[in-house]
Amino acid sequence: MNTLIYTACLGLLCLLAEIFNFRKYLIPIVVLGLAVIFSLNLQTWNHPETHFNGMLTDSNFSTAFSGLAIFIMLIIIILSGDFYTTSDDDKHITDYMAILVFTLCGALMMFSFANMSMLFLGIETLSISLYVMAGSRRFEVKSNEAGFKYFLMGSFASAFLLFGIALIFGVTGTFSIDGIGVYMRNHADHLDPLFIVGMLLMIFAMLFKVSAAPFHFWAPDVYEGAPSLITALMSTLVKIAAFAAFYKLLSVCFVFAMGKAEIILTVSCAATLLIGNLIALTQDNFKRLLAYSGISHAGYMMLAIISLQGSTDSALFLYSAGYAVASLAAFAIAITVFKSTETESISGFNGLAKKNPLLAAGLTMAMLSLAGIPPFAGFFGKYFIFSEAMRNGYENLVFLAIISSIIGVFYYMKVIVAMYSKPANKFEVKPTFAYQLVIIVCLLLSLFIGIFPGLFTKLL
Amino acid sequence: MLTLILLLIPLVASLLVLFLKGESVKWFSFFASIFQLIFTFYVYSVFQNKEAAKSLLAINIDWITSPKINFNIALDGMSLLMVFLTNLLMPLIVLAGLNRKQERSHIFYSLMLLMHFALIGVFVSFDGFLYYIFWELALIPIYFISLNWGGVNRSTVTLKFFIYTLAGSLLMLFGFLFLYWNTNSHSLSWFDLTVNHICSCKQGFIFWMFFIAYAIKIPLIPFHTWQPDTYSTAPSQGTMLLSGIMLKMGLYSLLRWLLPIIPNGVAEYTPIAIALCVIGVVYASVIAIMQNDLKKLFAYSSIAHVGLIAAGIFALNMQGIQGGLVQMLAHGINVVGVFYCADIIINRTGNSNINTLGGIRLLAPRFATYFIIIVLGSVALPLTNSFIGEFMLLFGLFEYNSWAAILAGLTVILGAVYMLRMYQKVMLGDLNENVTIFEDLKWNEELVLATIAILIFVFGIFPKPILELVEPIATEIFKISFVK
Repeated sequence: MNTLIYTACLGLLCLLAEIFNFRKYLIPIVVLGLAVIFSLNLQTWNHPETHFNGMLTDSNFSTAFSGLAIFIMLIIIILSGDFYTTSDDDKHITDYMAILVFTLCGALMMFSFANMSMLFLGIETLSISLYVMAGSRRFEVKSNEAGFKYFLMGSFASAFLLFGIALIFGVTGTFSIDGIGVYMRNHADHLDPLFIVGMLLMIFAMLFKVSAAPFHFWAPDVYEGAPSLITALMSTLVKIAAFAAFYKLLSVCFVFAMGKAEIILTVSCAATLLIGNLIALTQDNFKRLLAYSGISHAGYMMLAIISLQGSTDSALFLYSAGYAVASLAAFAIAITVFKSTETESISGFNGLAKKNPLLAAGLTMAMLSLAGIPPFAGFFGKYFIFSEAMRNGYENLVFLAIISSIIGVFYYMKVIVAMYSKPANKFEVKPTFAYQLVIIVCLLLSLFIGIFPGLFTKLL
Repeated sequence: MLTLILLLIPLVASLLVLFLKGESVKWFSFFASIFQLIFTFYVYSVFQNKEAAKSLLAINIDWITSPKINFNIALDGMSLLMVFLTNLLMPLIVLAGLNRKQERSHIFYSLMLLMHFALIGVFVSFDGFLYYIFWELALIPIYFISLNWGGVNRSTVTLKFFIYTLAGSLLMLFGFLFLYWNTNSHSLSWFDLTVNHICSCKQGFIFWMFFIAYAIKIPLIPFHTWQPDTYSTAPSQGTMLLSGIMLKMGLYSLLRWLLPIIPNGVAEYTPIAIALCVIGVVYASVIAIMQNDLKKLFAYSSIAHVGLIAAGIFALNMQGIQGGLVQMLAHGINVVGVFYCADIIINRTGNSNINTLGGIRLLAPRFATYFIIIVLGSVALPLTNSFIGEFMLLFGLFEYNSWAAILAGLTVILGAVYMLRMYQKVMLGDLNENVTIFEDLKWNEELVLATIAILIFVFGIFPKPILELVEPIATEIFKISFVK
């Protein structure tokens, strides 16, 4: 669990920067630190280990997802250099950096938990850091609203999680997920009703965290109100961390009890797909559009959660990786455009193809990847998840997912059409070097994953 | 190996052309496509030599292990015919735009060459997943070509085209996923799928998944509504690509991915399919007779012709399948000629309404000659290439059901009606006041039209090479698809 310790130390280092006054060098230090942690994380590949008396485990699953999470945080921190530029931000930059790194700690705990208490700690660390960051623009009403809404509803969901954990502890007598798995195997045909209730409560809490219907209502307002960089973080890291934790929880603790929850998860998946795609059609604010599109992506990823057998963990990882790079590229371009045009509506993208053709091409590629069009990563992610779901017999859900993919293409194309055929407004759009670097790296990765997905499909 | 080279030349050319500027863009694209055409002749000569062909032409590399997907490209008679059509038409299409001014031509030709790459990929893929990737990839360049260089109302029209076609493709994706997991071989290789069929009970449903995708692409009634607007809005070279090659993707896929893989489904729903095709033929022809807009008229005539091809293919006999392949080649050549003539007229006179044109023959006699040859080729006069194709198709359809053949045969008569009506109104008669200056053909226009006219006669008089090329694969498909 060295990754977790190093990340926590990096977070503390950020706090020290305030005291010892090396704020100017903070972001390069954090970037370097995260790069080092990424390579150290790779060393835990194929070295399964348990730490802290069975609290945390290293497995290929946790190493892969941790690597993805560290990469995402690295990109976010690179982008934050030019994002936090006002004087108010400058006063608090060390706090922001520290909280971001602690968010990563929470995510790392969520990937490698072996004990319910670590799951809860990870989720809380992640969520509380994000409540603060979502509300970090103290003088904007929307940011305050976002932070407050997220805090209230998120705490409520965490309470459900705790209640579920408590009930399961009451039935099984252990917090360890392996112990719970053993209990479930031994009592598979006569599960205690309290166990089922506990499982369902935990599922509801996780559905909230991944913003699946009908627990998705917080997502659009929080995504819209939070600062755009934090929205990027929420839509990528938080969703991926929550899904990975959800997958691990279900596959270790609740596999044979899934029959009881299957109807709920299926209905939730179907509703998420439809609601996410249909409501996104009506959106005019780009961040809200991405929020609803994120909800629909949660629906696709839920197909992996429902199928659970076979290579669905590789499918989930591949989909997450493709979704993360495309989302980060889209947000990087969007932040640039928001800064220049001072509006967050889609009309800010009008005529971008004439003003800055490379940015327009980049956003086109990101949108096409999110829509699931070859040769980008998003297509193969969708294909692999659909394939695994088909293999486990969920043909109707896959058909619904395909129909919602068709609906989904509309709003992604709306942005592309705005860039290429609407008349340009007068604002100039110039991305800084860091943003250009991030956009290029993310899009190249998207193409790489799309053309060589074989490297990722047998990973886990 | 050779097939891979054939596939990659357009891709490399597409990337290189981005760095050029001005006139050199068009010349580079032209020479790249001519090189590709010459290479196709070389590949054809290799193909004749059966022993060497197997190792040189097919590639089967493991791409992804789970789910099992191979990078499997190969050439058989049908694929080679389609590749030949694509590589033949591409230099003509590039040549067609040589004297037109175009902004950002390097991006335009890069997109065209990218589409060339995707189209060849569709025709040489023998693995379902690879085929699907190329199928979808072909959509992106044409979408951007139409969006940026198109005519009126282009964003709505191209969006409709894109989403409509994509919807069909996604249904096909569902079909492929279903086939992968429900066949014993668990692979999407064409060779496996044609041998291991899924149980007949489920074939009906999967037939519709594939058929709707192809019906949208070809297009067949009632999935045709995207076509007339898209053909009139797209820039002329885009329309030539769309009508000449891209719709052949749908027809080719019927023969490659529908008939041999879902034979029971096809046998069950053939009556409906043929009914839709034949209704489409008559319906589109009647609308074409009433059309006054030049491009829309040719768009509807294209629907009528491909309806006949699809009907002949669904008749499930040797004449139908062979006739379909021959007519695919013929229709590709003819429709590019027809749309290019329309483009010449619209470019010179500024309007496309046939009622406001007339007497162009007096000002441009050479153009009139080439135009009438192409019109007669489109009408399927004997000695032209489409006569062979339509004759075989109607023959095949007649063996299936004489009434279907009679109704479909109306296309010949109705085709003559709208084509000759158009020609009379536009080219013959007195000089209309809207046509004041009409320059006769420039050198590149004449070269393109002359090539097409010569090809119309050559393939009309000497179709033997084509028939010999496609006979083996047609026999194989017929044997697999014909279910008693």
